[in-house]
Amino acid sequence: MVQEALWTVKELFVYPNEYIYWAIQIVMYPFMTGLVAGAFVLSSLYHLFGIKPLKEIARFALVFSFTLLMVAPLPLLLHLTHPERSLNVVLTPHFTSAIAAFGVVLFVYASVVVSELWFLFRKHLVVVSLKLKGKANKNLAERIKYFLYTILTLGALDLRDASMKLDAKAIKVLAGVGVPIACFLHGYAGFIFGSVKANALWMTPLMPVIFIMSAIVSGVALCVLVYIIIMEIKNIIASRKNVTTTFIAFKEIKSEEMNTMQVAVKYLIFFMIFSISLELLDLVFRSYTAVKSWDILRNVIYGTDFINIFLLQYILGNLVPFILLLLPGLTVRRAIPALLLVLFGVFMMRWNVVIGGQSFSLTFSGYMDYQLPIIPHGLETFKEGLCGALLIAVLPFILFWILNKIFPVLETKWPD
Amino acid sequence: MLLVKGLDGIFRPSDVQAWTSPLRFVFLVDTYKCIGCGFCVKACKLENEIPFDADVSRTWVERYVVTGEGEVFADTPKEARYGFTASRIDLGRGKFKDIPREKIKKAFFIPKLCNQCAKPSCVQVCPVGATYQNADGVVLVDRKWCIGCGYCIMACPYGMRFFHPVLRVADKCNFCYHRINHGLRPACVQACPTGARQIGNIKDPGDPVENVIRTQQVAVHKPEYGTNPQVYYIGLGEEVR
Repeated sequence: MVQEALWTVKELFVYPNEYIYWAIQIVMYPFMTGLVAGAFVLSSLYHLFGIKPLKEIARFALVFSFTLLMVAPLPLLLHLTHPERSLNVVLTPHFTSAIAAFGVVLFVYASVVVSELWFLFRKHLVVVSLKLKGKANKNLAERIKYFLYTILTLGALDLRDASMKLDAKAIKVLAGVGVPIACFLHGYAGFIFGSVKANALWMTPLMPVIFIMSAIVSGVALCVLVYIIIMEIKNIIASRKNVTTTFIAFKEIKSEEMNTMQVAVKYLIFFMIFSISLELLDLVFRSYTAVKSWDILRNVIYGTDFINIFLLQYILGNLVPFILLLLPGLTVRRAIPALLLVLFGVFMMRWNVVIGGQSFSLTFSGYMDYQLPIIPHGLETFKEGLCGALLIAVLPFILFWILNKIFPVLETKWPD
Repeated sequence: MLLVKGLDGIFRPSDVQAWTSPLRFVFLVDTYKCIGCGFCVKACKLENEIPFDADVSRTWVERYVVTGEGEVFADTPKEARYGFTASRIDLGRGKFKDIPREKIKKAFFIPKLCNQCAKPSCVQVCPVGATYQNADGVVLVDRKWCIGCGYCIMACPYGMRFFHPVLRVADKCNFCYHRINHGLRPACVQACPTGARQIGNIKDPGDPVENVIRTQQVAVHKPEYGTNPQVYYIGLGEEVR
């Protein structure tokens, strides 16, 4: 039995070996790396360009980018039929392949993010470490915490002004270096698809740029969304207690949240315009030039995938949130569904590229329909099914929750 | 500039090996001789231990039916491993189409197998080098090194590659490399009752296949992809997908 036959239905003339080989995990891969890149770009808007209203969300976005980064290779691992050999990519990289540099790019990017995180939180690490050091009769938990924080400081305990200024400079440099690397990480994911000459839908030099723009859109949207939700939860807690919370007063949270949200959304709209324009340019160019493959592509775009592309991606995922975000007087109640729709739109874009690109045959005379396995019947249908995708989607939040214990992103008031 | 040339493959040592090799395997398919018996597919599956009932194959035979109105119908039921036992066209999803004989203007069979391209896109995209090309032109897969990313499957414009249903590594036709290396013919060539399939050495001026390719009108499949395929066809119609 061919495992890919579990989710592929063929119609008309399709070559015998053709199936949907790149399924939901390959949809998740660019979606997750997109979120990584987008979150990093958002954090750099403050660190690099000093956009003050984004200060709080910048810190949060960087930590979130790191958690997303840890999850980003997982879809690829789940997709591989031999994940135990995944290190072969590092052992014998074959650099004519667009995938070969994945390990290198990921490692370089991770190094930048980890370094920036370290500089950003060094003061916190040192303060906690010294506080615990001075404490007599530490219990086991405190001893573990002290050990962990002391290691994380890497012995750099200097908190004098000159040293802190150097830290700030390092953060700025890393944010500056990180932006092109983040864009490269995701543009590179776009190149993996865009360079497949056998696939008429994928092959376009615009693909990396489209991927970068939509990546920033999705990353910013997710960060703002999670930020709003966390702030709202804090609001609820603060209003229930009706007293000043440990760190920030209720009203302060609210005004800060609104300000951050409105500024971040402006950037989101800016990148959305770029992203949608590029995608439409690609579509218009294809229909105008109408090369040999256009007949089948037209049937896919305006026929079999019409609902996915126009209704779910362009209208529900782009147009509706665009209007919701542009209307004056943006409220949290309006922003949350709009941001969710933006994320859905970017996800559908990934879906329509990955699955849409395989929904027609190399013969240009047949179609393949992807039927996402909902209930897993075995490892394959778990990995390449709804459950596998949800696992990937949930993991960053769990990791973020754990990381937030070490790098408290949203609880402390930070100096400028 | 060096980088660009390097990416273009100018300095690849394997190219030098290929230039100096006295052997370059090529394949010749005479479509006029193919009767669609499917013996080649059956022989290939058995020889190369591709599970017989699995709907993937290293080689297959396509049937084309062209009507007077210019409509083209094509199918390859079960890769033609049992031959073409019914005249109706398989449309997938359990649907079939009977085409009245009087409407048919021409009909023919096209055997397909890996083109062992001179510029194989599958080799280019393999991230670990598990797919590689020998100096004699045959593209092989290292089953112990393939990670199963499927990039090669995506990159092949001919749909020749698939995941082996049992080993779960990339698999493809290799002209029965274990046989041709010992002077034997590939299983499909040996099984073909009409001589529609032939293998030869394009670098040997005395080779009958080389002679046909050099002196007759032959064509390759999908040359527009720039892969420089090395399976030559006699009578390759423009209807062929």
